[in-house]
Amino acid sequence: MKKIKLLLFSIFGSVFIFGSILANAVEIEYWQYTYKARVEAIDKLIANFEKANPGITIKHINFPYADYRKKVAIAISSGDGPDLVQLYYGWLNDYRDSGLIQPLPKDAFSHDEIESNFFKMVSSMKVDGEYWGLPTAVRSLALFYNNDLLKEAGLSGPPETLDDLVDYAKKLTKRDGSGNMIQEGLAFDGGIGQTHHFWREVLVRHYGGQPYSDDGQKIAYNNDAGVKALTYLTDFEKTHKTTSNGFMNRGQDGFAAGKVGLYIDGSFRISKFVKAEGLNFSISELPGHNGTRYNFSSFWANALSSKAKGEKKEAAAKFLAYLTSDEAMQVWLDTVGELPAKPSVALVDANKQHELYGPFIRGLDYATATTFISEKPQRQSVVDAYDMVVLQGVSPKDAIAKVAKKEQELLDDFFGN
Amino acid sequence: MIKNFWENLSINQKLAITAWVFLAIPIIFYVTIRFYPTYEAFYVSFMKWNLLGAKKYIGFKHYIRIFNDEDFWIVLWNTIKYALIGVPISLLISFTVAYYLNEIKFGHQTIRAFYFVPFLTTAIAMAWVWRWFYQPMPIGYFNIMLSYVGIPQQPFLRSIEQALYSVMAPAVWAGLGFQIVIFIAGIRAIPKSHFEAAEIDGAGRLQILKEIILPALKPTTIFLVVISTIGFLRIFDQVYSMSEDSAGGPLNATKPLVLMIYEYAFDIYKLGRASALTVILFLLLLTVSLLQLWFMRKQK
Amino acid sequence: MTNSNQIIEKLEHLNPKKIIIWTLVFLGSIVMVTPIIFMISMSFKTGQEVYIFSLFPEKATLKNYIFVLTDSKFIYWGLNSLWVATFSTLSVLFFDSLVGYTLAKYNFRGREIIFVAILSTLMIPTEMLIIPWYMMSREFGWIDTYWGIAFPGLMTGFGTFLMRQFFMNLPDELIEAARIDGWSEFAIWWKIAMPLVVPALSALAIFHFLGNWTAFLWPLIIINDPDMYTIPVGLASFNGEYEMNWEIVMTASCLATIPTLFVFIFLQKYIIKGIMLAGLKG
Repeated sequence: MKKIKLLLFSIFGSVFIFGSILANAVEIEYWQYTYKARVEAIDKLIANFEKANPGITIKHINFPYADYRKKVAIAISSGDGPDLVQLYYGWLNDYRDSGLIQPLPKDAFSHDEIESNFFKMVSSMKVDGEYWGLPTAVRSLALFYNNDLLKEAGLSGPPETLDDLVDYAKKLTKRDGSGNMIQEGLAFDGGIGQTHHFWREVLVRHYGGQPYSDDGQKIAYNNDAGVKALTYLTDFEKTHKTTSNGFMNRGQDGFAAGKVGLYIDGSFRISKFVKAEGLNFSISELPGHNGTRYNFSSFWANALSSKAKGEKKEAAAKFLAYLTSDEAMQVWLDTVGELPAKPSVALVDANKQHELYGPFIRGLDYATATTFISEKPQRQSVVDAYDMVVLQGVSPKDAIAKVAKKEQELLDDFFGN
Repeated sequence: MIKNFWENLSINQKLAITAWVFLAIPIIFYVTIRFYPTYEAFYVSFMKWNLLGAKKYIGFKHYIRIFNDEDFWIVLWNTIKYALIGVPISLLISFTVAYYLNEIKFGHQTIRAFYFVPFLTTAIAMAWVWRWFYQPMPIGYFNIMLSYVGIPQQPFLRSIEQALYSVMAPAVWAGLGFQIVIFIAGIRAIPKSHFEAAEIDGAGRLQILKEIILPALKPTTIFLVVISTIGFLRIFDQVYSMSEDSAGGPLNATKPLVLMIYEYAFDIYKLGRASALTVILFLLLLTVSLLQLWFMRKQK
Repeated sequence: MTNSNQIIEKLEHLNPKKIIIWTLVFLGSIVMVTPIIFMISMSFKTGQEVYIFSLFPEKATLKNYIFVLTDSKFIYWGLNSLWVATFSTLSVLFFDSLVGYTLAKYNFRGREIIFVAILSTLMIPTEMLIIPWYMMSREFGWIDTYWGIAFPGLMTGFGTFLMRQFFMNLPDELIEAARIDGWSEFAIWWKIAMPLVVPALSALAIFHFLGNWTAFLWPLIIINDPDMYTIPVGLASFNGEYEMNWEIVMTASCLATIPTLFVFIFLQKYIIKGIMLAGLKG
């Protein structure tokens, strides 16, 4: 009898204890877009975190990039979806406006700490006195160049100025007997990719202007600076004939295939080129002009979805804090190759002088991030302006005027003007 | 009691009740899955709504804005172009092939299979292949072929003039097999006696075609015209996969109505406006189909 | 002896015109399958070679196939697609026939209204219904379920219309006789009427299965979990702004297309016959 009592007691006891552990276990969902290295990195970080926090389990879900935004919007708006979500910083206003995310709790994420620990560009996550998300990693632009092709053309070292860039591009372009391009001097992607950022944050500034007014509500590129910047950009394809949008499908494909001399893109492209067989390339900071340099930086931030409440919110906030810790950032750099969001991790000598990451990291110093109100249509402005000049023969002045008008309407609609 | 009730009904009444019983679940289905959501779509088209938050009633504002939007007219014209050009071209090609293929005996099955196979493919997968074909040299199949015959390279997807037709091509290509098979069936359904009578009369090939085959194929042709028109007016998968960034470019040259709807709904979350566009699409489909049916019935 | 005579006879029937026509039609068919051939060819090429224009790869490799089949969830997607398409097709075959039969063979008030109402659903583009459907799915917990993917397509106006056409051709006497013999209405439909319209059923099955297999927009929205993707949605996932490898994309496309090709090759006769019937009755 005593033995049976003991058995029953231990059974009930363990069920009770087990049950209470289960009851205390919180499960939260983390969403990001599918990219092998990022998925690996998050899996690693989740494993580390779960070990240190046994009461929390994290479900990691990811979608193809093309559908990501839509999925997030639909899911959260229906009360479904993630507790912690990654968003491109340029979507912040959209997401806030649609009520998809909530501000970070000030007690866990003090503004003073954020401002002193993270790179300046992170301040674009601060709206209406609240921080809406924090990045693990940031990215910037740099110039990729094919060592073999440069050597062949008798060029040493990367181009340092905007004028050099034109010169190099011309020397690196090759055509066959019928005039078809077989090697592209300078490549960039017209539609997707980083070209519009290059135009907006780098070229416009080089020509003495800025893309938007300081309060972000008015277009500020509908002037000489914007026109000159567009002219410079479109001249590659139109006048110098060093560029052909669509050559080898996309700039990145052409460069990976060894058919492109110079290519501007972000740090996330490094792994693709490292994997490309037979590609001998180097990276340099973006060419400057008149003694200055500009760069564009961007990042994907982690934010709390509006669906996260109570203990799920607490757990999510905890994981977010871990994701933005120094340790996580180094893991991310090693696994994904994206630059740490904190100077304390990024500007370590080893990273600063790194063969591949160095130029990107050094570029962070003088980089600015555009505060988008809606990235896709604003990106489309630059794409359309480019196409108008190159495909329709519209003058850069008219093209800028036209897209500026449309974009201003977009801004006015958003700010309620 | 129910048994008594049942036995007192006339046969016709019993059959009627049985019919309704059979139809019960389907009716529930159609009402909840087709009609009610349609009503909801109309309803939302009068609202301003960004997926979360409340809906705000704004009357016909969306429709007014749409009609004042020059992009909308470009998109509408694109949509019509897809059908206006795609339908005649595909029917012309498929009829020609069907006419001659019908008479071929050697390898008929295999050749017919080759024509039909594209119909089975997934639009997205094939759109990528075609996109590759349209590339400039050195990798684009079409441009390489053109260079062999000395024709200069064409920009295809990168040209405002050519882009729409470039996107239309795979859509036409995929549908040909289906149309060919239907035409062959239609031709073979013509009673042999008609042909024999014509031969006795000494009619030539062209005459037989004009006076026997084409008239007999009228119902088949109507069927194909209506179906393929609706299909082209709703084109989406190919444009989505073949235009840069799925934007329907360059400069909206390839964008059809469905893509515009998709963008408003899922890229900028203006669901009221998107719903209004779906209503317009619906009316377009309805009008065009009715017009076609009326017009073709009239031609005796 | 007779064989060679027959051959000589056949050869005498040939004339240049016929040969030219045959050749043109044949070449046309080759042009039709060229995209598919290239898709297959590219799937066997390496990342570098894929940029070179050639039919046969120099270094043919199975690496891409191995990658897609093992490293991605392609097999799951295939099974999902198969399951949903089959379930949906069975439902359509059952319900569309039932409704078509009822509308064809029963006389009752409101019959024409029901028929026109169902037919009118053909005019409603699915693009219009997707958001209401999603809201509904969320209410009832259908997200990421096979039911969620399948429910919009369980009955179709097209199938109903088609089956009604075929049922209308069945002689009423057959049905009357069965009734007199005491058969239940359901049994009459299931055991007498249905077997007589098998060609139509197979045509409908093929159409619907194919449409389901290649459906993209709705599955995209209703499925969050990558394990639950159908093939088209999974295919699209190989194409991301930050990651697009042509050889992988082509391989995935091949794997998505090849099964339907095989089915077609074996069932060609029935498929073509079914479509012909559908077209004639349409």
